[in-house]
Amino acid sequence: MGHTIDARTMDPTFADQIAAEPGGEHIRRCFACGTCTASCPVREVTERYNPRRIIHMAVLGLRELVLSSDFIWLCSTCYACHERCPQDVRITELMHAIKNVAVREGRISPSLRVQVGLIREHGRLYDITGFENERRADLGLPSITEQPEDYHRILVATGLEEMVQPEGGAAE
Amino acid sequence: MNKFAFYLGCTAPVRTLNYELAARNTAKRLGIELVDINDFGCCGFPVKSVHHETALLMSARNLALAEEQGLDLCALCSSCTGTQAEANRTLQEDKELRERVNQMLKATTGRRYEGTIQVHHFARVLYEKIGLERIREAVSVDLSDLRLAAHYGCHYLKPSAAHDHFDDPENPVSLDRLIEAVGANSIYYEERDQCCGGGILGADEQTALALPHLKLERAVAAGADALVVICPFCDIMYEFQQRRIEKIHDTRYRLPVLFYPQVLGLAMGLSADEVGLQLNRVKSRKLMALAR
Repeated sequence: MGHTIDARTMDPTFADQIAAEPGGEHIRRCFACGTCTASCPVREVTERYNPRRIIHMAVLGLRELVLSSDFIWLCSTCYACHERCPQDVRITELMHAIKNVAVREGRISPSLRVQVGLIREHGRLYDITGFENERRADLGLPSITEQPEDYHRILVATGLEEMVQPEGGAAE
Repeated sequence: MNKFAFYLGCTAPVRTLNYELAARNTAKRLGIELVDINDFGCCGFPVKSVHHETALLMSARNLALAEEQGLDLCALCSSCTGTQAEANRTLQEDKELRERVNQMLKATTGRRYEGTIQVHHFARVLYEKIGLERIREAVSVDLSDLRLAAHYGCHYLKPSAAHDHFDDPENPVSLDRLIEAVGANSIYYEERDQCCGGGILGADEQTALALPHLKLERAVAAGADALVVICPFCDIMYEFQQRRIEKIHDTRYRLPVLFYPQVLGLAMGLSADEVGLQLNRVKSRKLMALAR
């Protein structure tokens, strides 16, 4: 807010890089009408998240500012903007594309790193222990056995396993 | 044929057993056969922000598991539904991509997905496959005294293309009709279409909790007896987090949050145990009195 943009920091290839990501293809269609920002429930409660501003920053090539920000992680993925965008920018998917680029450069939000770790260990976000299955049995619900092997292999094959390792050490 | 591969997801079978219980018991009464598939795992939703292709593979794996049984998938969680419905549509429409995904899927899990099944939300199955008429006929308890605030959430409806535009994302009616079909009143309240904020709870708790705060305020102001949800994560935001939100704002809502299948079960004459009412955190004498 209130930043003066230094043109030397602008990377004109940034929007193209985003457009090459699945979901980011329509970034250059944006004509900055602001329907997304007016529709956004997160913008309603905090000024830190403003989709029109983020798209504009990306198109201008403010690569470092966008990728290092904490605001790109504040999209709640409600798809309100996605449905209403008159230019079919597919903003929710566009935000995913921007975050995918950020992750590839080692900038992942800590909570997502934890979630990927859980999926690697358990194949799910909440582990199923004897305690959970006992509770389920008490209610007459079938027990669940974790099957994490496929998930582990998928994460290794797509390189995500390596990508989410905390810097300078093994995972938790 | 109302037979589905029952996709529980991660949250419902651990944190909202009342939802699962009520869904299973109402399904049984209405002739919906739900087949458990133990190998189902994460739908890929949390990974979409991290790595597109990995998320797609996770969805494809679950779709393949349902397809192997020759069954459409029926999910309790709206985010699981939305993520897998969207992946399904992409894989069905883009044959080239499906082949690429299948090569990866084969190498990592030994499975293949041919694109032959559909993904439904449990509430959508009730609305479309069972239908309002059969639901009306199944009602045996008078709920006409109940004022219920429908909360659709986001991924049950959106992106609307992934859900075949089955309901209008701007002005949805399916949950209101389902509430009215059991004889209760679906009331209008402001912020009705508001997101629960669950998607950013991990990233920024303070901002995330500001979203359910608005909705709780409006639903209480409109005189709701309960908020009605159809997603375990929405429930976490409105019910599990309600005490914290009350503390932050030094106020008191004590607004019960019910899953629609619980409302349906009560109307059908199921017991409090059968719809898991004892597991609801915000207790309500009015609701307990309705249980058989």
